[in-house]
Amino acid sequence: MTNLPLSLTINGHRHDLEVDPRVTLLDLLRERLELTGTKKGCDRGQCGACTVLVDGKRINSCLALAVSHDGADVLTIEGVAHGHDLHPVQAAFIAHDGFQCGFCTPGQIMSTLGLIAEGQAGDDPERIREGMSGNLCRCAAYGGIIEAVLEARENLARNNSEKTERRTAA
Amino acid sequence: MRDFDYIRPSTISDAIAAAAEPGSAYLAGGTNLLDLMKGGVASPERIVDITRLPELNRIERLADGGLRIGALVRNADLAHDEAFAKAYPAVAEALLSGASAQLRNAATVGGNLLQRTRCSYFYDTASACNRREPGSGCDALGGENRLHAVLGWSEACIATHPSDFCVPLVALDAVVEIEGREGRRHVTLEEFHRLPGDAPQRENALEAGDLIVAVRLPAEAASFAGNARYLKVRERTSYAFAVVSAAAALIVDGGKIRAARLALGGVAAKPWRARSAEAVLLGAEANEATFASAADAALADATPSGDNAFKIELARRIVVRALMSAQAGTPARMPALPASPFFSLPGARHDA
Repeated sequence: MTNLPLSLTINGHRHDLEVDPRVTLLDLLRERLELTGTKKGCDRGQCGACTVLVDGKRINSCLALAVSHDGADVLTIEGVAHGHDLHPVQAAFIAHDGFQCGFCTPGQIMSTLGLIAEGQAGDDPERIREGMSGNLCRCAAYGGIIEAVLEARENLARNNSEKTERRTAA
Repeated sequence: MRDFDYIRPSTISDAIAAAAEPGSAYLAGGTNLLDLMKGGVASPERIVDITRLPELNRIERLADGGLRIGALVRNADLAHDEAFAKAYPAVAEALLSGASAQLRNAATVGGNLLQRTRCSYFYDTASACNRREPGSGCDALGGENRLHAVLGWSEACIATHPSDFCVPLVALDAVVEIEGREGRRHVTLEEFHRLPGDAPQRENALEAGDLIVAVRLPAEAASFAGNARYLKVRERTSYAFAVVSAAAALIVDGGKIRAARLALGGVAAKPWRARSAEAVLLGAEANEATFASAADAALADATPSGDNAFKIELARRIVVRALMSAQAGTPARMPALPASPFFSLPGARHDA
């Protein structure tokens, strides 16, 4: 099979590539572009370790053919922090001991970003549990993750309203 | 994963012509197809990527009051569409009870109808499976089959259809809009999926090249909005397929049931419309005794296919509970754990 052209914006940078159509978005990120923060866990859409945002929505990158996502905007864990400044979700995970080992954590962070963007991170812990249930881990960090999601959601909402106030004042 | 040709047609007619060639498979969300390809269960020679086909990702209200949902609408987008969830709450609840947020963001309406069974023998290419390889036998018969079918199964296959979405859809008389080489046609969802008989590999009404372009809900389906529930029992509270599920919708007038819809999931190779139970409900008093009679009617023809006799009793109880929940009224807000029976009745909430 001949390689096919593919253009992706990943963490704000455009990549023009040629790929074998069998390559998943996950393998493209890890093996070709050396963005190894996104993890390959089950590789079958069950564990959530490969979660990335595509056009703002979280998906399992292991079940996505790269060529099928031509033109997409992809955000991976490498694109979340601003230089040395952690994203509020990352900071909240540290503050509430929501970190697991490095294997599940990137997927959990990306999934939290997706959950908040979807407007589904309500204040009911059951809702957060359900919203995060696509990310599996046995490191027992779930309790901390719920606290982290709640705090990150509030901090992001506050940041957004402060930005709005600044814009209004200006 | 085996090598394949990949094409991305820009028109429906080009897609149909390509998919009509032997060895072709449509790709939309890919959440089931890629999984099957990685496991060697499916090995298409040609992938026809339909994600860029125009006008298949719309939700449209029809002049007759019905709704037309494009085949490429994502499960999450449909479930979170406010107007949709208000008019068809049991369908939204079923969608949100299925899979995980990541999968619901990718999976499509059309793909959901076509997802394959989760029978572990179908997935295990070392096992005999008439559905995967016609004539090879069925290792589920006499095997680990506590999750297999209790209705409509045959000696050739005891697998179940895994969809949640299809269960309330079949209860609400959904219609599948199909475009093929001969033009466009409509098939009721009830007739769309086939029982296994002696040819379990033929799972639905699609012919070579046929493309699902939309799913329609008739105007009447929205009239159940105030009293409709989907309940699902599973082995975890979230992110698991149904052991048994039920969609129930009622219109009650002066204590009597004026209209009733009931369908079950996890019990057969297709979403199971329980018409005999609906006949029991129609015109009867809306109470637990009536619901129990309806549940008996729904499961009257059920027979265990191995270790799963418990599912028959479980299904009876879920039918009663779904009907009681429907009678009690659609929740004002989507439950935190959609379709969980723990949220179905006043006083039963486990966070209360």
